[in-house]
Amino acid sequence: MSRTSNRSLYLIGALVAAGTAGTYACQGGGGGAVGAGDMASAAQAVYVAPGTYDEFYAFMSGGFSGNLTVMGLPSGRLLKTVPVFSQYPENGWGYSEETKAMLQTSHGFLPWDDAHHPELSMTDGVPDGRWIFINGNNTPRVARIDLTTFETTEIIEIPNSAGNHGSPFITPNSDYLVASTRFSVPIPNRDMSIEDYRGNFKGTLSFIRANQPDEMEIAFQILMPGYDYDLAHAGKGPSDGWMFFTSYNSEEEHTLLEINASRKDKDFVAAVNYRRAEECIANGAGGTSQVRYRHNHFDENHIAVSEELTSVRVIEPADCENLVYFLPTPKSPHGVDVDPTGEYIAAGGKLATVIPVHSFSKMIAAIEAGDFEEVVDGIPVIRYESVIAGEVENAGLGPLHTEFDGRGFAYTTAFITSEIVKWQIGTWQVVDRIPVYYSVGHLMIPGGDSRQPWGKYLVALNKITKDRYLPTGPELAHAAQLIDISGDRMRLLLDFPTQGEPHYAQGIAAEIIQNNQVQFYALEENTHPYAAKSEAETRVTRQGNQVHVQMTSIRSHFTPDNIEGIRVGDEVYFHVTNLEQDWDVPHGFAAMGAENAELLIMPGETRTLKWVPREVGIYPFYCTDFCSALHQEMQGYARVSPRGSSTPLRWGTGGTWRTN
Amino acid sequence: MNRSTAPVTLLLSALAALAACGGDAPPAQSTAAAPSAAAPSSAAELTDVEMEQGIGPIRDLELGPIDLALAESGEAAFTTKCSACHKIEERYVGPELGQVLSRRRPEFVMNQILNSNEMVQRHPVVKELLAQYYTPMPVQVTDHDEARAILEYLRSVQTGASSTSNGTGGDR
Repeated sequence: MSRTSNRSLYLIGALVAAGTAGTYACQGGGGGAVGAGDMASAAQAVYVAPGTYDEFYAFMSGGFSGNLTVMGLPSGRLLKTVPVFSQYPENGWGYSEETKAMLQTSHGFLPWDDAHHPELSMTDGVPDGRWIFINGNNTPRVARIDLTTFETTEIIEIPNSAGNHGSPFITPNSDYLVASTRFSVPIPNRDMSIEDYRGNFKGTLSFIRANQPDEMEIAFQILMPGYDYDLAHAGKGPSDGWMFFTSYNSEEEHTLLEINASRKDKDFVAAVNYRRAEECIANGAGGTSQVRYRHNHFDENHIAVSEELTSVRVIEPADCENLVYFLPTPKSPHGVDVDPTGEYIAAGGKLATVIPVHSFSKMIAAIEAGDFEEVVDGIPVIRYESVIAGEVENAGLGPLHTEFDGRGFAYTTAFITSEIVKWQIGTWQVVDRIPVYYSVGHLMIPGGDSRQPWGKYLVALNKITKDRYLPTGPELAHAAQLIDISGDRMRLLLDFPTQGEPHYAQGIAAEIIQNNQVQFYALEENTHPYAAKSEAETRVTRQGNQVHVQMTSIRSHFTPDNIEGIRVGDEVYFHVTNLEQDWDVPHGFAAMGAENAELLIMPGETRTLKWVPREVGIYPFYCTDFCSALHQEMQGYARVSPRGSSTPLRWGTGGTWRTN
Repeated sequence: MNRSTAPVTLLLSALAALAACGGDAPPAQSTAAAPSAAAPSSAAELTDVEMEQGIGPIRDLELGPIDLALAESGEAAFTTKCSACHKIEERYVGPELGQVLSRRRPEFVMNQILNSNEMVQRHPVVKELLAQYYTPMPVQVTDHDEARAILEYLRSVQTGASSTSNGTGGDR
């Protein structure tokens, strides 16, 4: 084992600061340190007094945790982890019988994914707080999280895709979410030599209908050249109806992309007129691709169901004139961000030395004038000089992502030089810059990708942590930093650690969400087929080797809490209904030896834990979520008899046994 | 989907009261930790009316003859919302309720149902009950009409007027 002493750790920290921090090495390892007066003022700016609330919700992607984390700003306090693509034993997500189907895919049940980009639903180009969506990057999927319950309620798989990175960016009225494939693959996927990539591997840009809960569907896919498609953003205002996607690897390389996909000076932003796609499809363009993919959602009983779908509409640019144009963009562009007015499209060329900003009105003029430098795979490439509005120079190395403050300024992350650069729209001049610690990827301004940003705070989502916190062995919490952008100069206020990789985040004013919360589920509306809506409805039934326990929980007992007649090898289903009808009174349920997680059951809800006892004996079960002064008394016993035993099935609470 | 929402302001006071059942300290001694300017001090003096009729929205009920149809719907609500802890004939998690109207006024019963958190915190009679039973009564009913129906059911079992005088809840 390799160990590093504290002292050498500090040395490493200093080296990191001098090394990765590069051009701002003068900041040193304790970067951001300020005078006592400034510190007091920063502390005051982020202080949320006990019992008072944060001003913003921040939704941080969990990255490789597969979850979404909810934090408050400006405090940086963690409020909740919402499980999405990964099983979550803490509340039984993906373990309980009611949620397992949510993680079904065409590849079977998958316990994990990599969740990158949260995206709030919008009305008229402004976040509306109804839902937040997030992508599954590894096995292409998009999920919907309901912001009245903070629960994932729907997941759709994306066929003809591999690596759903450029997703799920939304149109101004939440009509569509997009999903662009990072990896091009053979379509349909098949056994062939990887060497035959060029011309045979294709990319897809998928448009998913998003504005009806439980009814996400893939409206159509556009078949594209075999590049890597990276990120996207929708037009707004004058550019409403267009979606912009970045691509790299226009070299169409299949190995050592680090070198091979970095040869060309420019790759492309693909500008897609999706209203035009609707017209072409209405006129019969394109065809149907036979595929297999899943759509998972809750049914009317709040139980997840997984439906297999077998076809998707696919159109090619050649089928639909004026559908796609390429905007040449230096160099291996990553982010593509549309300013609040909808006129400017900033692209972060991660190997570029400038930030190119395209003009939507110039783009339309060039299209009308036929001002193209070439046609690639049937897609016209607009001349760079004809579409560019300006280039921001001296913008740091490795510009990645841009968000906006709504006051005419843009903020771009520079990964290699670990800084955020503020520049002015129109003059393209850098007006301020601030170092961040270290290697910033995305940034987030609440509403900063929308028509109306709340331009008060900026969160830097840093990829490298190094010496920012007390060390915790080889793996460190990822680092977010809160920056005040309300004045002329940016001001670092706070470092706070995050869960998983906070790849991207979204933020919204708290009042849009906080007054719209579900506090419990009404018992009389519980339609779960195994609900016991009062203790009178509790029972235990056997169907072959399946035993169904319809159980209730209320402070502080289970009914039944004594169960006999279970046999080794039975499949026992504990269907637990929480009878409470008040806020913040979940009950938990766990059984000894269960090869499973626990359940957390919200008030009025029914959730089911499957348990297959393997040996005879007495097995206690108990409430795991501290519920009352008598929580420790909230327990019960299940008796397990041998296979074939004639122990009668009986159950009860309080000393009275019941039987069928 | 099944959902219930309540205004945040109301919930603040509920939250304050709930804090009393989440900690390790005996609930009767807990004080509200949550930020509720609306939550009254536990030492606040009660008026004579509050002592007699309880703390809450119900005052000076005028009760007519027992409405058997209302009592029947009250029995259904009692079974779902109350019977896990209260029986008609015997002490269970909470006190028996067959004779509750001989101990308490009907306003007291309804206020206890609708405003349990504040009653548990402030009313000396309820505080004493908590010291005896340990489990604070949760809020299960927020609807005035539903609470009124439960009261009617309790009136009916009190007098034996109900067709099923034990009720499902008492069947233990």
